[in-house]
Amino acid sequence: MKKFLTIGTALAGLAFSVAGAAAADTKPAVLYDLGGRFDKSFNEAAYTGAEKFKEDTGIEYRDFEIQNDSQREQALRNFAKRGMNPIVAIGFSQANAVEKVAKEFPDTQFAIVDMVVDLPNVRSILFKEHEGSYIVGMLAAMASETGKVGFVGGMDIPLIRKFACGYKQGVMAANPNAEVFENMTGTTGAAWNDPVKGGELAKSQFDRGADVVYHAAGGTGIGVLQAAADAGKLGIGVDSNQNGLHPGSVLSSMLKRVDIAVYQAFEDAENDTWSSGFEVLGLQEGGVDWALDDNNAELVTDEMKAKVEEATQKIISGEIVVHDYMSDESCPN
Amino acid sequence: MSAGQLPRWVDYGLIPFLNLVAAFLVSGLVVILIGENPLDAVKVLIWGSVGYAEGFGFTLFYATNFIFTGLAVAVAFHAGLFNIGGEGQAYIGGLGVAFACLALDQYVPWYVILPFAIVGSAVAGAAWAFIPAWLQAKRGSHVVITTIMFNYISFSLMVYLLANVLKKPGSMQPETRTFEEAGRLPFLNDLFPSFGFGYAPVNLSLFVALAACVLVWLLIWRTKLGYEIRSFGANATAAVYAGISPVRTIIITMLISGGLAGMMAINEIMGSQHRLLIDFVTGYGFVGIAVALMGRAHPVGIILASILFGMLYQGGAELSFEMPNITRDMIIVIQGLVILFAGALEHMFRPTIVRLFTPSRALAAKEA
Repeated sequence: MKKFLTIGTALAGLAFSVAGAAAADTKPAVLYDLGGRFDKSFNEAAYTGAEKFKEDTGIEYRDFEIQNDSQREQALRNFAKRGMNPIVAIGFSQANAVEKVAKEFPDTQFAIVDMVVDLPNVRSILFKEHEGSYIVGMLAAMASETGKVGFVGGMDIPLIRKFACGYKQGVMAANPNAEVFENMTGTTGAAWNDPVKGGELAKSQFDRGADVVYHAAGGTGIGVLQAAADAGKLGIGVDSNQNGLHPGSVLSSMLKRVDIAVYQAFEDAENDTWSSGFEVLGLQEGGVDWALDDNNAELVTDEMKAKVEEATQKIISGEIVVHDYMSDESCPN
Repeated sequence: MSAGQLPRWVDYGLIPFLNLVAAFLVSGLVVILIGENPLDAVKVLIWGSVGYAEGFGFTLFYATNFIFTGLAVAVAFHAGLFNIGGEGQAYIGGLGVAFACLALDQYVPWYVILPFAIVGSAVAGAAWAFIPAWLQAKRGSHVVITTIMFNYISFSLMVYLLANVLKKPGSMQPETRTFEEAGRLPFLNDLFPSFGFGYAPVNLSLFVALAACVLVWLLIWRTKLGYEIRSFGANATAAVYAGISPVRTIIITMLISGGLAGMMAINEIMGSQHRLLIDFVTGYGFVGIAVALMGRAHPVGIILASILFGMLYQGGAELSFEMPNITRDMIIVIQGLVILFAGALEHMFRPTIVRLFTPSRALAAKEA
């Protein structure tokens, strides 16, 4: 058995530029961003993936929530020193810390979500949020009776503009005369966890005539969806499947499968199939998607479903190219 | 029951110590409640913050931040002003540091840039404090309200600048480019390798902070301006009667206070992160209030309180790393208890202690 393992490791080492640690040594770790483990959104998705891995394999993992920027490097180094492997860092803010620490520990595998770190032992996982947002944008425009839809973002940073830009394109594709209202919640980390303000922003958009509102604002979005349910309008969830929060009032959710990315990273290390480099997850790879389940089945008509499925196919085939805000830092129209 | 009735070591040493013990006892109860051993927790906390050189380096790094923001609050205290805008002033101070480093790091070494960074951060921080100061002095708008509002304005301004103006093109991160080698302050580990600070980001700005402590002491207790500030703080009406201009005192004090808060950015931006990034202040400005309260607005007290809070930050991180049950929110609870006992409940033990010490002192006075 041991011999097989050794051969396996050697093969893996040949097949991939980075030799994986033997399976028995897998000690995965997750480092969350400032939002923290239970932010109801992005970081929590990572937590979900890690928990699922623990459930499936029985392998324990470590995680850490940072309190300030100086702790990023410190925590990564602490993990690496203790032989944790692989180490998954969540969020674009971790990039500089990952770059530094990954150089110091060339035998440890790192992964970073939402950012590129170009090192032989780092897997960079990016999502095509614009594609998923485009699809829910189409849904929003088709479900809207007023021709006005809303978007509530967390903070006015490039990542959220990427969501907003994809959404707008989807809305316009389904209804060229539609109007999109766009609001950002705040300018500090609190913007990702301010449901009251999120609800108020959604209400103000409803007052201006919107009847569907999409949020990309983490925990703030809970308030957005609540306001939509209270007002008898429709909300659209983000990151994880939020359809069940208010059944019948959440049109759909734009899924950003950070949980799968984390699970995959852990599993690859476990199975010695780790690969470094870029991983860009879009509609084609199932990295982004829209949620359809019992909770919103009645809201999505067959016609809507057919249209977004057609669009999905066209995006995958390349017939429709959703403009990525990050490519030139501007959004058409 | 004023401070004058007690020997200074009691006022500055024993009372803060008792407050601290009380805070830790209550924290211990909370630790028991979540099912961990409080003694182990204290051990990890102390070991993680002062037990080994690298940990101590982190403690000193955090302490450097707190010294700046603590001094900022303390200077304003002496004039009876409550500057809770340290958070925003430090954030804007980062702009001053970043401009100095971005403009000069390709041409001159760090020791040439440092004075520019110091002046830049101080001017930027002071500028951010100027409007609240002017409004207080001329219009009577309370600085507590205006400085906290200016915090929010600074957050918005910085997110706008970083996301639109200063960002590297094509990057997802709202931050400036990383400074060249010349734009970075040397780490103490590189200057004194024998101390073994390892990867701790403690850097030369610790000495800038200590120099600031000496200068603040000289300013407050050894200059005419300091006398005016203290007089104005002790009794504004009497100070005006004595010919001290309230407008001038308020504005100058707030400018100094804002400048000190702004200088915190030297440690974070030029000393550690080597780039300007969003949210780098993460509460250091607010903790400065607690530091100034605990340190009795005296530079020596502020240094000690800063080290204590540095220990809580670094030891706390170590604690939540070693004991995953103790989350970072628990660490904030412990910090909150320290602030509660040291600041808000400061007078809880004082009457008893005054009673304990008064008879002997009265007796001594009679004999003399």
